[in-house]
Amino acid sequence: MTKAAEIEIASVTKVYGSTTAVHAISLKIPAGSYCCLLGPSGCGKTTTLRMIAGHESITSGDVLLGNKNVTDLAPAARGTAMMFQSYALFPHLDLIDNVAFSLKMKGIDKETRRAKALEMLKLMQLEPYANRRPAQLSGGQQQRVALARALITDPEALLLDEPLSALDPFLKIRMRAELKKLQTSLGITFVHVTHSQEEAMALADIIVVMNDGRIEQAAPPRTVFERPATAFVARFMGDHNVISGRVTTSNMTETVLSVPAGGSFWAPSSGTPEGDPADIAIRTDRVKIGEVAQTGLGFTGTISNIEYRGSSVKLVATGAGIEEFTAILSDTMFFATPVKVGEAIQLSWAPEDVIVLGRPH
Amino acid sequence: MTTVRFIGAGTPRPKRGFRVSPKFASYLQATPLTLILGCFLALPLLMIIVVSFWDYDFAQMYPDFLLMNYEETLGSWVTWQTYFNTLKYAAMVWAITLFLGFWVAYFLAFHIRTTAMQMVLFLICTVPFLTSNIIRMISWIPVLGRNGLINSGLVNAGIVSEPVEWLLYSDFAVVLAMVHLYTLFMVTPIFNTLMRIDKSLVEAARDAGATSWQVLTNVIIPLAKPGMAIGTIFVVTLVMADFSTVQVMSGGQSASVALMMKNQMSLLQYPAAAANAVVLLVLVLMMVAGILRIVDIRKEL
Repeated sequence: MTKAAEIEIASVTKVYGSTTAVHAISLKIPAGSYCCLLGPSGCGKTTTLRMIAGHESITSGDVLLGNKNVTDLAPAARGTAMMFQSYALFPHLDLIDNVAFSLKMKGIDKETRRAKALEMLKLMQLEPYANRRPAQLSGGQQQRVALARALITDPEALLLDEPLSALDPFLKIRMRAELKKLQTSLGITFVHVTHSQEEAMALADIIVVMNDGRIEQAAPPRTVFERPATAFVARFMGDHNVISGRVTTSNMTETVLSVPAGGSFWAPSSGTPEGDPADIAIRTDRVKIGEVAQTGLGFTGTISNIEYRGSSVKLVATGAGIEEFTAILSDTMFFATPVKVGEAIQLSWAPEDVIVLGRPH
Repeated sequence: MTTVRFIGAGTPRPKRGFRVSPKFASYLQATPLTLILGCFLALPLLMIIVVSFWDYDFAQMYPDFLLMNYEETLGSWVTWQTYFNTLKYAAMVWAITLFLGFWVAYFLAFHIRTTAMQMVLFLICTVPFLTSNIIRMISWIPVLGRNGLINSGLVNAGIVSEPVEWLLYSDFAVVLAMVHLYTLFMVTPIFNTLMRIDKSLVEAARDAGATSWQVLTNVIIPLAKPGMAIGTIFVVTLVMADFSTVQVMSGGQSASVALMMKNQMSLLQYPAAAANAVVLLVLVLMMVAGILRIVDIRKEL
């Protein structure tokens, strides 16, 4: 079954009437990788997936699967299989016929296709339910049927449209592990649409963060988290404080950015000309309470909220023109010198923790 | 003075109003419908059944318990022929309305993109129903008649030398008028079921390599079956009970069971008509039971 295909999207645009859903995006998904399209609702991630699947026509640009241009091919001729958000199981057919559906469409005789479907159901541990209708199954079981139905076509790439969104949180985490295991054992390319950054981080080899029909960043999860490319990515991935301001000093060694009606912050040299807007990010878990060692690497703020989270404490402060600045402190550190809401404290961070963010193009 | 009352302690506050036991309440709620159905359905039906065993002559009915009416009804060749004729109409009208109804509903449900437009077109389908059945039926006469629209058109165009006779006062005219009158009863329930089909099922079928025809035969038609069954029940029961369409459109040349009953009643042979009605009722109920056996319509109700 290992015939994974590389998916290449070359400046694909989708226009609905007068609105552009996807703006000339280009993306390369290596063969056999697990790719997550991540973004808020309406960002174009599902449209992109549907264009890869062939359920949405492409306004301009090309989609390549392996080395084959599939832009104008029918969904079934592409070598992709899609798993729908609501699973789209046929309510009038039992599990065997649901799974065997594509074989029936190909005209394979009843005995063969039922035997093959049963084998697939066995693989998904659904054999005892083979003669049931989808409505008689739980959400997790329905999802496995949908997977079996998609995989029986022996696809080169599996496209999943928010596969975990219909499950309860507990099952979500379990099915997520199963998906990853399945992808590893099959070795085919998975493209998974989600709006949960946690899901994307847990599963993906590559995360493609999308916003407003454009790709903000496409990189491995660690890169996306540690070096978010734009302010949007930093905010969407969470656990980052984004400081936006204008560059006041820019030279070979440093960039200083000042927040309107607030403080100035130091960043490594980024080449942004003086007067231009710029953003930096600081991870919430890298912020410390204490003296600001170097100007621009911290500020004095008022604590507006404290949340205890067990092993850590979340502290939200306001000050230096920043509305909300979050620090995650370990419980030992926090309770060594406890503070209260309304108190003024100094927050600081190290120079290497400053991430310079780019601007979306 | 203040009274201290422990939360959760003390006697419960008295309930306002009167209480009825839950059992009594459910009976009370079911009463109006029971009365209506009892007075206007069960009682008349019972009377028909009772009368069907009575004796009669040219002027009067005599309470009795005779099987004569049934023997006469079932023993007569004319009855069998009339039943056959009525079933023939039912089968033809059913087949044509099912075909038309399905495609109209399919077009409305799958090819019209906006819900607003779907509703507008659906309402247009129902516009003819703002006029009475009789008017819609009679308006066919000037169209199909010997000197009607079609015949004069054909003659003037030189396609036929003399008017086509079978257009009006024939089985063709009866079936045409019935199709006209009853197609909407097929469109509505089928449209209803088709609207409930999740569009992603069609996409899933396409993703599995189904052609448009395969999507239709493997997904849409099986899922539309309950709607087709309900439409079938409407059309079959309406056609089986029809007498005016048959009388007007066949010009009195064809008979239907209901027409036969009407004639018996005009001759004051009420017990005979009642026996006939009971036989028809049993037949139609058997047909409906047969349809319900084949298709599960519970989901649609």
